[in-house]
Amino acid sequence: MGLLSDPNRRQALISLLTRLNAPICVVCYMAGVAWFMGLAFEPFTLRTYMSENAMGSTMVEERFPAGERALATGREFASQKNKVDGMPVDWLVKAMQARGLEVFTQRFTRTLPFPDENNERYMVKGTNVYGILRAPRAPRTEALVLSAPCSPGDNNNQAVGLLLGLAQYFRNQIFWAKDIIFLVNEHDLIGMQAWLEGYHHTNTTGMDWSPLQGRGGSIQAALSLELSSDVITSLDLVLEGLNGQLPNLDLANLFYAFCQKIGVLCTIQGKLPRNDWDSVSGYSHAVQTMMLMVMKQASGRPWGDHGLFLRYHIEAATLKGINSFRQHKTDTTTIGRLLEGMYRKLNNLLERLHQSYFFYLMPSLSHFVSIGYYMPAFGLLAVILLLRALDLWVQLVTPAAPTEDGVVDVEQSGSGVLSVLTPLVISHLTGTALYMLPIRFQEMAVEHFPVSETEAVVLTAIAVYTAGLALPHNTHRFVSGEATEQGWRVLKLVAVLYLAVLLGCTALINFSLGFILALTLVPVAAFITPHVPKVLSAFVLVVLSPACTLLFSVFFFQELQEMPVSFQDGWLLYLSVISQGILDHFLYGSLVYPLIALMVYPCWLLFWNILFWK
Amino acid sequence: MAARRCSASVVLLFLCGLSVFVAANEQNTTPTGGYRAAEADSPRTPAEAAGHPAAEDGRWEATEVGDAAPADAEPDERDASRPGTTVPQPKDDFQEELVIRPLHSGDIYASFQFRTLWETDFMKGNKVSHYRLFPKSVGQVISKFSVRELHISFTQGYWRTMQWGQPFLPSPPGAELWVWFQDTVTDVDGMWKELTNVLSGIFCASLNFIDSTNTVQPSASFKPLGIDNVTDHRFLRYATLPREIVCTENLTPWKKLLPCGSKAGLSVLLKSEKLFHSSFHSQAVHIRPVCQDSECKTTSWELRQTLNVVFDLHTSGQGKREWSLFKMFSRTLTEACPLASSSKIYIDITDNPEGELFELTPATPLLSQAVLMGDRRTFSVYDLTQQITFGTMRSLNLLIRWKSSEGHMLRPLLHAERYVAGYGLQAGEIHTLMYNNHPYRSFPVLLLDSVPWYLRLYVHTLTVTSKGKDNKPSYIHYQPSKDRERPHLLEMLIQLPPNCVTEVTVQFERALLKWTEYTPDPNHGFYVGSSVVSSLVPSIVAMDTNSSLERPLFSNFFPCKEESSYFVRIYTEPLLVNLPTPDFSMPYNVICLTCTVVAVGYGSLYNLLTRSFQIEEPSPGLAKRLANIIRKMRGVQPL
Repeated sequence: MGLLSDPNRRQALISLLTRLNAPICVVCYMAGVAWFMGLAFEPFTLRTYMSENAMGSTMVEERFPAGERALATGREFASQKNKVDGMPVDWLVKAMQARGLEVFTQRFTRTLPFPDENNERYMVKGTNVYGILRAPRAPRTEALVLSAPCSPGDNNNQAVGLLLGLAQYFRNQIFWAKDIIFLVNEHDLIGMQAWLEGYHHTNTTGMDWSPLQGRGGSIQAALSLELSSDVITSLDLVLEGLNGQLPNLDLANLFYAFCQKIGVLCTIQGKLPRNDWDSVSGYSHAVQTMMLMVMKQASGRPWGDHGLFLRYHIEAATLKGINSFRQHKTDTTTIGRLLEGMYRKLNNLLERLHQSYFFYLMPSLSHFVSIGYYMPAFGLLAVILLLRALDLWVQLVTPAAPTEDGVVDVEQSGSGVLSVLTPLVISHLTGTALYMLPIRFQEMAVEHFPVSETEAVVLTAIAVYTAGLALPHNTHRFVSGEATEQGWRVLKLVAVLYLAVLLGCTALINFSLGFILALTLVPVAAFITPHVPKVLSAFVLVVLSPACTLLFSVFFFQELQEMPVSFQDGWLLYLSVISQGILDHFLYGSLVYPLIALMVYPCWLLFWNILFWK
Repeated sequence: MAARRCSASVVLLFLCGLSVFVAANEQNTTPTGGYRAAEADSPRTPAEAAGHPAAEDGRWEATEVGDAAPADAEPDERDASRPGTTVPQPKDDFQEELVIRPLHSGDIYASFQFRTLWETDFMKGNKVSHYRLFPKSVGQVISKFSVRELHISFTQGYWRTMQWGQPFLPSPPGAELWVWFQDTVTDVDGMWKELTNVLSGIFCASLNFIDSTNTVQPSASFKPLGIDNVTDHRFLRYATLPREIVCTENLTPWKKLLPCGSKAGLSVLLKSEKLFHSSFHSQAVHIRPVCQDSECKTTSWELRQTLNVVFDLHTSGQGKREWSLFKMFSRTLTEACPLASSSKIYIDITDNPEGELFELTPATPLLSQAVLMGDRRTFSVYDLTQQITFGTMRSLNLLIRWKSSEGHMLRPLLHAERYVAGYGLQAGEIHTLMYNNHPYRSFPVLLLDSVPWYLRLYVHTLTVTSKGKDNKPSYIHYQPSKDRERPHLLEMLIQLPPNCVTEVTVQFERALLKWTEYTPDPNHGFYVGSSVVSSLVPSIVAMDTNSSLERPLFSNFFPCKEESSYFVRIYTEPLLVNLPTPDFSMPYNVICLTCTVVAVGYGSLYNLLTRSFQIEEPSPGLAKRLANIIRKMRGVQPL
């Protein structure tokens, strides 16, 4: 800082930065991307380790014997489900009561803002059934949750069977120190949302639910189980929750430790662990796993029933049983033992899980990248914005400095404020329209056009988005008469700083979203001026806009999952992703849609504005 | 804070039901029991009845409610029948009792009651130094601290009203202590502090953690249960420690207070390895002055020790719905405590009059009835002072074998629960739900909430609603908290409408503690003690208001003033609330980061922003300065 207090050296430094601004920016961008790609390289990552002492050294024994009986219960559940064509509430209540649990039910109804065509639901009405295993000599202050969704069709019957089997086995043990809640939720996430809102008596999304009759105190951890076959080849761990929240890393460590101990093949993002990190294919495997996590986290949606727990500071994960064509199969008893072990260790917890990381990326289950390692990648991108801002600031200040004419300055800044403020307001109004109109005008759109409600919402969103590009942005001509060189510089300075703050805040909460947005928006922000070739720049600008980023992400995600789609299917998928994003916001309170509509898109419009300044 | 008082609240003081004591006896040799029972020429006293054989089965007879004389006569007769164990004119007396209630869920509830009565006066000048049955440590505490009444309970677990019904004696999870001091005490707070420390030593418990931040003075909820009906709550102190863990180290000193220790009588059953292999465990000590007779001419001190335990059907293994003394306690009974004037086991067979629910062996000829919690209950009685009870095996092992297996939820008339609503670490809301399940009668309840200071209650958000409508409490006593000094105290008298749930909500903000104030495990959360709901619940049968009548110990603890209602106190579950907690695991990182940011980043940035930079003029030489001084003196412009 002494460097900066010396006017001469300060001048030198600033002139260096302005002179070499473009090369430095390019280097920073490349370094940021390279750093990010390096994160998946195994020697650069840390091995996972159990931080929580209460779960570490205390070994537990797993003795769950009744896998076959659990499967039989699952089959009985399936037949009951088919009989009533939905959730067999009475049967579940009886089954849980027979296992010595305190059983309660919760009814809920929810009318979606527009029909969900993926899951074919609009007016949702359902019942959650849950049974509480009261821990002996515990005062109902702490609880653990094990949930299994009651899915339509033949899915997840084994999960419910295993849940009931575990309930019966757990009930006969004396060592529980926390109540255990066995929950079967209908309509997966909507049911889970209703139950969690009922449990915590909050109403964030306007759902109707009947109040809960029984509770177990503050929930310490939760696991959601998805199991659709009698035997499995591997268990997949799903961590990504609402708004990119992740459970404490110790929960993942716990799962990994027990998979190792019992000998179950475990995966994350459906990718098997590999040992050949030094080969190209091994490295690209790790990159793919990590990129999948980044994409999922950036989407901000809950990727399993566990995702909604995280809002309530409850560590939760989903375990998915996968049955592929491998030789080695794992039976239900073994999965039961795995869950028993995990619950016994969670039962030993003295405090909430807090020792390990809450912000991390996982290139494999055995390795993780902590926030301290991945943040520099984003920082290198963000510093470009600051460098550009510095450059602009210097350019703005230098011509004014020698004249030292205060009167002129004031006049200029007066019109400058107006010429900056008007595009800011207009672009934010466009953003607000993008946020409000699709839902408001769906009925009108359905009346006038031959589309369904869902299509109406998505197409209105796209229409508003595109219309935003055609808005009269050159308001400064009416305000200040002419397009000054000064004017766009001020606007760009504001836009660049705005983007820097916006991306910085986003990356702190949801690194993946912040990083992906930075990857596309930072180059735009860096190079755009009114003097670059219009058509080409406009094309680049549109290609790097948030909507196109989403489109590419859809294709890229399919590619990563080894399920590439044709352009036609991809486009349909893209439309459904938009509708899902809007639904996620209204159903569960996901913040990605409002963030894009109200902040990121207006910010991008400012750069569009600068391009067409003259 | 405006506190309105309602006269109705005072009524709650004098509560309570009474039971028709029924000394009953049978005169037959039962087929299963296999021992000689008796025929009585006067069927009033079991002691007499023991001598005469007869052929009648299952007949029992009740004494008249008002007829106190035979009941009074009973102990005398029994004393006479066991010469050598009692002094001629006993000034102290010990009774022991075990009540077993098979619960619908298949669980079993066992309640021990030990009562020591002593006709003495600790408060007069003469020092009491000769102790016989009464434990000396307790006597010294009473006289040293001028205690009028002392109630202390240690509980591990939560009483599940919906499955188990009402307990004989309610208690909250953790430790609870409430004490009435004599009105001669001047420094009540000092006495209280000292008393809690002494009790902490006596019971090996963390009662020394009771200080001004968790002590309150309830104005209406806790009234003396003994003879002195003082209502000046300046002499009352109430505190709970919801976090207290109760284990064997608390049981041992508790057992030592018994005259027979754990050597003889019912107390041989109190083996910790079984008592703590249960769903619920609660032990309590109650000290109060009581009347000796109906006119209350002489008073005596009552030390009542109770122990309640519920054994769980599922965790006890085997899965058979079958209970025996041996299975519960891993002991059988062979004798009564020789010092006890009465030693009995009661089995609640109200739901099982014809033996269709469960089978009880050995069968007993003695039956008894008591009005308890607004209900007339029937009990099988085993008198341990009679050798015949133990049969030919010289040991008593009661066996209860279930025949049916239904376990449904109960609907107790009054039921309460509580939880914290909301998410995040800034604000929250405490919800207290009180269920009145009576089909047509409404009744008043007194709700007592004591909330630690670090939850800052917003009293303006306090709402009481029943059936969606605002329910205005007729009496509110609120004492705001003081940071680090005293907790919030909120007492309300609320009328519960019939057949509905009344919800009390109040919002709070979580305070940020100083870093030394956090517990060693801050991420576990902080406890808020149970709320206390005290109520006069309408009774189905007429309660017995005659307190002097000889009744089973478990039914005569709360005095009863009205026939139409009985007193119930229930406790809600304690709350576990997370407070905003700094990350203590990385203080080094935190210190480094903050220091760097403050010192380097902020300091120099501030410096850069506020300082104005100017090119410094080179300082003039010595000759020039001298010349300037001369020129200044001359009044000419300096160079």
